[in-house]
Amino acid sequence: MSTTDRMTRLLALVPYLSARPDGVALAEAARDFGVTERQVRSDLELLWMCGLPGYGPGDLIDVAFEGDRVRVTFSAGMVRPLRLTTDEAVALVVALRTLLELPGLAERDAVSHALAKVSAAAGDAADRVSPVAVSVDAREENLAVVRDALERGRALHLHYYVPTRDERTERTVDPMRLLLVDGRSYLEAWCRRAEGVRLFRLDRLDDVAVLDEAAAPPPQATGRNVDNGVYQPAPDAPAVRLRLDRSARWVAEYYPTEDVTPVDDPPGGLAVTVRTGDLAWARRLVATLGGGAVVDEPAEIGAQVAAEARAALARYGVTPGRDG
Amino acid sequence: MAAKRAERLVNLVIALLSTRQYVTAARIRATVPGYEADDGSDRADEAFKRMFERDKAELREMGVPLETGRTSVFDTEDGYRIARADYELPEIHLTGEEAAAVGLALRLWESAQLAGAAQSALVKLRAAGVDVDTSRSLPIQPRIDRGEAAFEPCYAAARDRRRLQFDYRRPDEDTAVRRDVQPWGVVAWHGRWYLVGHDLDRQAPRVFRLSRVVGAPKAVGPAGAFEPPADLDLTVVVAGQVTGEEHLVVVRARPGTAVGLRRRATSLGPADDGDDRLQLRTTEPWALADELAAYGADVVVEAPTQVRDAVIGRLTRLAAMGERA
Repeated sequence: MSTTDRMTRLLALVPYLSARPDGVALAEAARDFGVTERQVRSDLELLWMCGLPGYGPGDLIDVAFEGDRVRVTFSAGMVRPLRLTTDEAVALVVALRTLLELPGLAERDAVSHALAKVSAAAGDAADRVSPVAVSVDAREENLAVVRDALERGRALHLHYYVPTRDERTERTVDPMRLLLVDGRSYLEAWCRRAEGVRLFRLDRLDDVAVLDEAAAPPPQATGRNVDNGVYQPAPDAPAVRLRLDRSARWVAEYYPTEDVTPVDDPPGGLAVTVRTGDLAWARRLVATLGGGAVVDEPAEIGAQVAAEARAALARYGVTPGRDG
Repeated sequence: MAAKRAERLVNLVIALLSTRQYVTAARIRATVPGYEADDGSDRADEAFKRMFERDKAELREMGVPLETGRTSVFDTEDGYRIARADYELPEIHLTGEEAAAVGLALRLWESAQLAGAAQSALVKLRAAGVDVDTSRSLPIQPRIDRGEAAFEPCYAAARDRRRLQFDYRRPDEDTAVRRDVQPWGVVAWHGRWYLVGHDLDRQAPRVFRLSRVVGAPKAVGPAGAFEPPADLDLTVVVAGQVTGEEHLVVVRARPGTAVGLRRRATSLGPADDGDDRLQLRTTEPWALADELAAYGADVVVEAPTQVRDAVIGRLTRLAAMGERA
């Protein structure tokens, strides 16, 4: 525990108790400060030794224990917490502004009122241009419906767009939780059709409806750890080996890649390995790169993409040159 | 932290809050328990000075507004006090819904710096009498500041208004280039983090992707070295760099295909050959051309010519890939 953390708590503890004159259960105080009951006790024992200059019996902070409850009987003038620091004001104000951009998550009026009150209380710390801003990409209507289903514990019926196959699929799912990862919102749910836990990107949902039946994910449904992002290929998934030219090198910073090696062909290129169980996804990635990537493995991906491109050129009335 | 030091610091804060007078260091040494007593020796004086300097730095670090000055013209040295009005968090009353919004908002942070600040802000709000329930049952895991190593140094330099130097490598460049900027702020724009600032070498505002910063950025020079523009809106600066002017693109798609395009297109009705004509809006025509080329023979661009040519160019390169294989 850092010095500052403990000092922040010590300076806040007496005001916290002063604001609750009927006393607080020790367990509740511990929860509110995010520490153990033992830590709160040890903090109170320390504060008991502190007080106004003179440090006689009437000058020291006094707390009374009644059963498992504690209240302050003399505060030595410590009645209000310390002002917010710049970091604290930024953490609060920027997070509330972000919630305003995610209107389905909390009551919009409540968020904007809280933002106004917190900004006023933060004073100078919030007046300066904030060194952090957040802008998220979220579809409001889906967020509100999904949140409603989660709060009421209901199943959802929805259409999900799958870009790699360019199709819309119809599913009934048992919602588990909502995730916000890298600026995008996802619903994690048990998909009854796939019989597995799936992540659904909210901006790919259409016609979402809350059902009357209860959400009932089976016991084996467990949440996925998304600390390393939502793309998490299995380590034994087939390897797709690509050589990226300069214009396509961003792929290496966008997707999890292995064995990233600079190469001379194409000039200034990067050889990378991407693992995926979905070759349709790899095909689409290569096509989207518009020639910026050469497929070394599996060779059929390159051949399929090239054949599809020749068919498309025919529709434009263009015959690909044979001398390239 | 040693309990002795914590006790001394709390007593120091209470003592300086309880008086309107400036209190000299000597007086603090004599009254506040825990300081090295004055036994007339230089060693004891030195020990006290060191201790007191550290304590002052610690309190200022926490944001305690420690003032220095003299109560009257007859005072021979500076003293210290804490003005209660500057120290105390002003009154704040939140309704249950508002407090719930704060509780949810504070869960957005993951980086040690802002997650720690969020936790201590919460402690202060609770100490101000606000009941923030963070255990509300909404199963949500929101995270907006996940895993960018350059985030904390960039944020700290922008907060303190210190000049920042770092190596920066764009994916289309072979080597990293040293950049020297006055950092205005960091922005999460649709899931990616950017640093916005005034580039001192180019003498112009610039936007940098944090993931392209190589190594650890280094703050140089004093704090408060510059002021960002007063009307600065960080998000607008990034949006202006990332997106451009809006273009209208008309394509023909075979019936039943291009489901993804149709989700965001306006239908213009059927064409002569039975294809569906679709109109799309985009601020990134080249990214759209990438996507349209990937639809292959299912989608043909009608207009504008630049987008049509861009798609033909991409398809020609993709077709050539087959020749090489």
